Amino acid sequence: MSARNRELIALIPASLLVTAGFAGVFIQRSNALSNISLTYGAIFLGLCLVGHIVIRMTLPNADPYMFPLVAALASFGIVMIYRINPTLARQQAQWFVLGLILFAATIIFFRDYRKLERYRYTIVLISLGLLILPRVPGVGYQANGAYLGVRIPGLFVFQPAEFAKIGLVIFLASYLRDTRQVLVTGGRRILGVTIPPIKHFGPIVVIWGLAMGIMVLLSDMGSSLMFYGGLLAVLYVATGRLSFVVIGLLAFVLGAWYLGTHIPHVHARVEDWLHPFNPHLYNRTLGSYQLANGVFAQAAGGMFGQGFGQAVITLPGGGFLLPAPQTDMIYAVITSELGLFGAAAVLIVYLLFIARGFKAAVLSRDSFSTLLATGLTAVFAIQVFVIVGGVTRVIPLTGVTLPFISYGGSSIIANLVLLALLLLISDRARRPAR
Amino acid sequence: MNAQIARLFGLIVVLFGLLVVFTTRWTVIDKSKLDNNTLNRLTLIQELKIRRGRILADDGTVLAKSVPAAGGTWNRTYPTGSLFAQAVGYSNLAQGQAAGLELSDGAYTRGLQTGLNSVFGQLTPHRVGDDVHTTLDPKAQQVAVQGLAGQAGSVVAIDPRTGAVKVMYSNPSYDNNKFNVNAPGTTTFNRATQAGYPPGSTFKVLTATAGIDSGQYTPSSTVNGNSPVTISGVPLSNDNNQSWGNVDLTTALTYSINTVWAQVAEHLGRGTMTDYMKRFGFYSKPPLDYPPNELNVSRPHGPNGKAYPPASHNEDIGRIGIGQGGLLVTPLQMAMVAAAVANGGKLMVPHMTARVVNSDGVTVKRINPSVYNQVMKRSTAQQLAQMMTKVVEEGTGTAAQLGGISVAGKTGTASIGAPGSNLTQPWFIGFAPVDNPKVAVAVTVDKSQGGFGGTVAAPIAKSVIQTLLSEGQ
Repeated sequence: MSARNRELIALIPASLLVTAGFAGVFIQRSNALSNISLTYGAIFLGLCLVGHIVIRMTLPNADPYMFPLVAALASFGIVMIYRINPTLARQQAQWFVLGLILFAATIIFFRDYRKLERYRYTIVLISLGLLILPRVPGVGYQANGAYLGVRIPGLFVFQPAEFAKIGLVIFLASYLRDTRQVLVTGGRRILGVTIPPIKHFGPIVVIWGLAMGIMVLLSDMGSSLMFYGGLLAVLYVATGRLSFVVIGLLAFVLGAWYLGTHIPHVHARVEDWLHPFNPHLYNRTLGSYQLANGVFAQAAGGMFGQGFGQAVITLPGGGFLLPAPQTDMIYAVITSELGLFGAAAVLIVYLLFIARGFKAAVLSRDSFSTLLATGLTAVFAIQVFVIVGGVTRVIPLTGVTLPFISYGGSSIIANLVLLALLLLISDRARRPAR
Repeated sequence: MNAQIARLFGLIVVLFGLLVVFTTRWTVIDKSKLDNNTLNRLTLIQELKIRRGRILADDGTVLAKSVPAAGGTWNRTYPTGSLFAQAVGYSNLAQGQAAGLELSDGAYTRGLQTGLNSVFGQLTPHRVGDDVHTTLDPKAQQVAVQGLAGQAGSVVAIDPRTGAVKVMYSNPSYDNNKFNVNAPGTTTFNRATQAGYPPGSTFKVLTATAGIDSGQYTPSSTVNGNSPVTISGVPLSNDNNQSWGNVDLTTALTYSINTVWAQVAEHLGRGTMTDYMKRFGFYSKPPLDYPPNELNVSRPHGPNGKAYPPASHNEDIGRIGIGQGGLLVTPLQMAMVAAAVANGGKLMVPHMTARVVNSDGVTVKRINPSVYNQVMKRSTAQQLAQMMTKVVEEGTGTAAQLGGISVAGKTGTASIGAPGSNLTQPWFIGFAPVDNPKVAVAVTVDKSQGGFGGTVAAPIAKSVIQTLLSEGQ
């Protein structure tokens, strides 16, 4: 069977999932099955078919499982968002349409994505500019103490970090393709560990500086960790030097510890993480209220969950019991309603997608493609880890989205572009040799 | 580079494993600890969304019901308001405030008592609690309100055969729809269960029980009834300082002769008296289906207001034997004394909850009558019933007479307030019909201006007994 036919068949579970999910929410809402659920399922299936046809026409050899896995995540996400707020789900569906247009555009315009290398300095400058944007007076704004968003009044709101992550990975993959040989050769062996010459620590120092800068300027630990982890992963794969990773992680921990004790917002987030049930922290503004209630919601889910629509999100008198249920806290809502097993299933779908991303990296025949696929996949994986780890108290809670599931236009569009790039790499890698 | 990618993937698998471990920690390992965390309001919010069942009187009158409120929650309203406010109480889950049956039967009205019900509750979008049918009788309760006619006091009526509480009223009452508004002249304090009043001469029923049941006296035993006599070193007089000479116990009860009963109590001693008090339920909280913190314990107290330990050598047992000497009781306890005598000495557990019916009309729980204690021998109870019948026929309790139906009873008039003040605590306890008792009552009026049990309390008891008997009790 051809790759595209496998992809088409693999889309069936995703469309069944979205139909069943909407049916579940409708049954819970009105105690009666409505045919609107089938309409929603059909519309979503139609969108997936459009995506599939784009891939079929342009990337016949691309990995057949990536798109269906994303479709499953996105369909699950739209059901969860619908259950939280139907209006947001309609908007999310619109973002998905826009995302698919950009997805198709990326595939068509960057069919030879290697030409991106030529613009790597332009790309890195635009990415860094995007990152600074939330601090620019007039357009940037603060949410929950961190500078995450940009608002163009009357037009739109977006989160530049979602797009910057792709640009930075492109730059690093391209940069390291040129310099990785230099970084690997030379150096002295001390106690069996090869220590590269000091000057070759340049890239890692730059990345470290970037991560710390994000934390200082934007008070945004989540994005900082996402970029740093992703870029360190690319550096490690490019050079094979574990010493980079060890030194890099130590430097990050030291820096994060220093900033965590000196930047009030970051420090507060660390305190909330360590003592979410401390009544003082719980009751304070931007305190541990959200995190504590996220954990309570997960506990309420137990092993098998309370069922669709059963999680308590709002207070009877109005207001949120669980703030930001459709973005930061969506994993807690999933766990509350579908339990440990449902949440673990979602994580497994992410792992399968990550595995396909790395598979594309391994199959690639040139190092730029390998490094780009590795970087995009790693950034994606770490983003999932940062937000789920935040909600489950593995690490302090920070505001990044759960890719393809959380509500948010920037997130869904940027991640569809990321998917397009991975499919482009995969298609080139799997193209039969001529 | 492929080996590095494999290792990187391995690391990510480990990190995701960590996410699953932590999710397991919250959803399984620490689940109950988190569910019970004081900051966790999920249980409360879910309970607010339960449509709790009604509380109903024995004739089906709705005493409490749920009405829809904001956000899918429900509020409680009490159609009968102040009439049953003390017994039914109130409940405001959001503020964590509840009292009365609303508190003690909360698990029923929320519908949590059966596993089956909670399983189906998960499947239906709106959880519905169970109806609680009580033993309370609105007509007789209304008669009690009219009888008290605005005087502070309390009326309790029990079916002595089953322990079913038919009347529980405390005046002043309050509107339980606005329980947290402290309107002037109202109180949530339930005199029937929370007060501590000197029982006065009604306690002589207990002293007589101890004397006869212990075999040391019979109804015809004679004791010198001259006045005054010295009890615990202090002279004790009869009403009007009247000396009766040698009288039998029946006469002594009929005319409520203090000096006789004080001597009987002293003769029996603290041990026997305390034993019989405990048998009737003194020294412990009444076994009523009611919140424990709204139940007062009946027992003797010292001059400093502190409860004496049982059979304390500081007790003036002679004066306790006539319902003074620091003895403080609840009207509920005195109704239990009357009920025990009425039911052949067998004291039934008093209860207000009769049965619990779920939303499908199925009775899921029925409160069957149960024995609290065999307080005395059957023969003792019969002798006491005859003695108490004399009280109503020709003694201090004639105001409780019912044409054609024999009533047994005992009056009491305790002096309260500063020495020389006119304030009294009038009482009447009794039961009817004597040959087949169906109703036992205790009535008391708080801080009467010189009123007597026989003139103030007995007529109220009479009208309540009459109402309950006319309903075929």
